[in-house]
Amino acid sequence: MKLLTLNFLTCAIKTCKTNPASFPLHPRNAELEIQEADINLPFLKNILPRLMWEEIRTIARELGLPDLPSTPPTPTDLSISTSSTAPSNPDTSLDTDEPSEAPAGEETPSQTALDLHRLLLETCIQEGILVCGSCGHEYAVKEGVANFLLPGHLV
Amino acid sequence: MSRPEDTLPPDLFYNDTESRKYTTSSRIRSIQSSMTHRALELLALTSPSMILDVGCGSGLSGEILSQTPGDGTPGGPHVWIGFDISASMLGVALEKDVEGDLLLADAGQGVPFRPGTFDAAVSISAVQWLCQAESSEEWDTPAARLSRFFNGLYASLRRGGRAVCQFYPKNDTQKKMVSQAAIKAGFGAGLLEDDEGTKNAKTYLVLTVGGGELDGDITGVVRGMDGVDVEDVRRRARGVKRGEEKKGSRGWILQKKEQMERQGKVVKATSKYTGRKRRIQF
Repeated sequence: MKLLTLNFLTCAIKTCKTNPASFPLHPRNAELEIQEADINLPFLKNILPRLMWEEIRTIARELGLPDLPSTPPTPTDLSISTSSTAPSNPDTSLDTDEPSEAPAGEETPSQTALDLHRLLLETCIQEGILVCGSCGHEYAVKEGVANFLLPGHLV
Repeated sequence: MSRPEDTLPPDLFYNDTESRKYTTSSRIRSIQSSMTHRALELLALTSPSMILDVGCGSGLSGEILSQTPGDGTPGGPHVWIGFDISASMLGVALEKDVEGDLLLADAGQGVPFRPGTFDAAVSISAVQWLCQAESSEEWDTPAARLSRFFNGLYASLRRGGRAVCQFYPKNDTQKKMVSQAAIKAGFGAGLLEDDEGTKNAKTYLVLTVGGGELDGDITGVVRGMDGVDVEDVRRRARGVKRGEEKKGSRGWILQKKEQMERQGKVVKATSKYTGRKRRIQF
């Protein structure tokens, strides 16, 4: 499950919906994996205003990822108009200071965009549990699929 | 027409064998693909968006969402999150290595996303599964499931978002029940029927969330599309009160006859001639 999805998931229990603590779900014992994906700059620009940056920082801290800047990037940070980025082979490590190959297009994604893409769309939770901050309900994640089925009495 | 939803609940019906059969059947694949393309056409997305796939199954529709415009997906490649109640179906999707994120969840229990998450939602051949009652408990009635689903969907879509749900209604009552539930949740709802009246009839429930740049409801969605007849049932009877027939019409006569019958009066039997206009005399 991508970290992007985690930034949108809330607790499924009805009584929790009104409680602000039901978002975000806190990952525990998470096993992370990098799944390579093509960078999609228009999508990043589209989703950027909808991200809750504080919660992304919290989750990144809980997962032990490198610290994120305290302010969210702006849409203008995501692209550089000059296409001067030298292509190099993409690396699979979590270190975010090597440039990736730029796709052919009018706008070249900046380092910020590449970092954001790596964090939100390529970092996936494979195994672990997600815990609701309000009721403490645990949702199991297996093979990257979270189980949100509720027993009848909680619906 | 076979109706698997009448035999078993979805999580039990789509076991490993059924899921594999469903995913490998070339006939089902081609039907699902054409329906997904139709749904995308109705969504009219222009840029890569965040899409929810309700009842994604083995990701037959999701595969199309992750394609580029060159492969026939307008505005693609989209990022999608799919959920399904059948673990076997999701297992097949995992084997195929689909690009979207998968969740094991029951649409009838709500949609566990925070408000304004998605640009659009699609659902291909899934909503009819919500119309079955698995137990006699109050939370498990079709109406309660549909209401939880549509309320959750409405909240998780952004303002000006759209949802297209293709489903196989068993009859007109079911069609009405589903669209009423959507309207009750706040959606602007409309039904689009392809090949109406034939065996290949496909029903699309087109839902719109007000606000944003969207113009109106389904009538705005299909404006400019070829071969679509708009039949607006809302404006048919303006000025006439609900349940009130026009005086002198057949419906009015039948109503009056029933009223008289209830009062114990002798009333002539109703036939095809009742309330019919007389031939103009020479």
